[in-house]
Amino acid sequence: MSPQMSYADAMDKFDPVFGIEVHVELNTKTKMFCGCANEFGAEPNTQVCPVCLGLPGAMPVTNQKAVESAIRLGLALGCQIRESSRFARKNYFYPDLAKDYQISQYDEPTCYEGSLDVVLDDGTVVTIGIERAHMEEDAGKNTHKGGTGGIQGADYSLVDYNRGGVPLVEIVTKPIEGMGDRTAEVARAYVATIRDIVKGLGISDGRMEQGSVRADVNLSLRAKAADGEDQSAVPFGKRSETKNVNSLRAIERAIHHEAGRQAELLLAGKPVVQETRHWQEGDGTTTPGRSKEEAEDYRYFPEPDLLPVEPSREWIEELRAALPEHPSKMRARLQQEWGFSDLEMRDAINADALVLITDTVAAGAAPQAARKWWMGELARVANERDIALEALPVTPADIAELQSLVDSGALNDKLARQALEGTLAGEGSPAAVVKARGLEVVSDDSALEAAVDAALAAQPDVLAKIQDGKVQAAGAIVGAVMQATKGQADAGRVREIILKRAGVQ
Amino acid sequence: MSSLEKSDVARLAALARIDMTDADQDRMAGQLSAIVDAVAKVSEVAGDDIPATSHPLPLVNVHREDVVRPSLTQADALAAAPAAEEGRFRVPQILGEEA
Repeated sequence: MSPQMSYADAMDKFDPVFGIEVHVELNTKTKMFCGCANEFGAEPNTQVCPVCLGLPGAMPVTNQKAVESAIRLGLALGCQIRESSRFARKNYFYPDLAKDYQISQYDEPTCYEGSLDVVLDDGTVVTIGIERAHMEEDAGKNTHKGGTGGIQGADYSLVDYNRGGVPLVEIVTKPIEGMGDRTAEVARAYVATIRDIVKGLGISDGRMEQGSVRADVNLSLRAKAADGEDQSAVPFGKRSETKNVNSLRAIERAIHHEAGRQAELLLAGKPVVQETRHWQEGDGTTTPGRSKEEAEDYRYFPEPDLLPVEPSREWIEELRAALPEHPSKMRARLQQEWGFSDLEMRDAINADALVLITDTVAAGAAPQAARKWWMGELARVANERDIALEALPVTPADIAELQSLVDSGALNDKLARQALEGTLAGEGSPAAVVKARGLEVVSDDSALEAAVDAALAAQPDVLAKIQDGKVQAAGAIVGAVMQATKGQADAGRVREIILKRAGVQ
Repeated sequence: MSSLEKSDVARLAALARIDMTDADQDRMAGQLSAIVDAVAKVSEVAGDDIPATSHPLPLVNVHREDVVRPSLTQADALAAAPAAEEGRFRVPQILGEEA
């Protein structure tokens, strides 16, 4: 197989149009239509009941909190909220769907016609049109047995319905045109913004690695308009839909791959097939799935077991008034308040550290000190353990406490790192670690003076050198004192004492 | 006017993953057409001024509180399953050779 055409070449020769569907798993306590717990990681088929198993005669009832979360998300995306919306049955057959239909919304989604401003790394703002945001239920989880563990070539499959019926909101963009070679970057930034919004609203934990935010990426290529011709007058090409692209990096990679693949087909005079494709994280490619079913194949019809949702205008306005700040506005405000450079701010955003820094500052630390800990020592440890910063066993309050110990002079940098190491090892808060390990800086001058005298006595030539004007020779004594005090001395103070003893200054 | 062709039946059968013989498709096209035509009589009665009705009862916003209720045990959930393994429902191969 010839190496695939690069993204840059594809973008050079064609005009891309893309759209993204993002599924957000809501963090309600219970499922969308029944009282089973909505919690990740339970034993298989222990959070199921007749409703979410699709047993005959079971009747669904809508979760009030899920409706509220969906409306708040719609409002945050600038959507209109429909006065009356219905659920619909989407019929298809797949083992992870116990009822043989998914309860979704079709012609009357609760939220529609919105727009979202997305800020790119260089500060460019792109406005993405939102077609709709509708409520639906998640499917169960298939595990394939035999073959290589994938669905292809499996001998049989096992199904866990714990996730079946978990509330989802699906957000669908309008076709996004005119982004050219920034398409992949815009797609990534869009999904990152959605993730930040749902976390900010507190309606989802927004963890892409656990599948609580999942993206399907639609991409098509069309010919570039001739000079003087309007690009929007050129009809769209056939699109592919790449399913379950579950990290920000994978979104960029999937678009890179699909653009190159489609461009090659088109240049060879071959058609692009309109189909669903599977994302392959390993080699960054996509493989064909089923041919895309048309909407009519799903035989949507109104869900007779559920009544229409008609939120009052008063309630909607209440929810709107209580919305949190938009992430891009919040970032601009925080950057100004904290006095971070653009680079410092971008690093903190990319490391998902904004909330952690905010909370550390709220607990009393100076912004730069909070940044230094989270982006320095803690980022290093998180990277070593290959986990997210927020998954570290240390709280913003711990970090604020640690910094206050440094600020008060009780700890120097080296001791502070030891205290943090103790906290990360589960030995308690930094103050508790300091106490248990006896990590206090020795600030008692008489103890330091004794240590200095002992060191000077051991290295008599050094004293002469210092008195001779070679002040840097004091370093050897400082080192000896630090060693004698196990790093618990304030190096600056030790140096002052040495110079005093030598009668210099 | 709304009679089903044999090709419609073949499409429905494919979507429903039902293997039907040619003779079955012919027979079902006739039977389903009779049903569809009967239902279509509604459109003769309903004028343009009558909106489509999805729910006959004048009720809206019937919701429940977001409170966890007991689920089935794994054993109960799997009790009626034709086959189970590792606490999960065991189902036949999903994609056949053609996939």
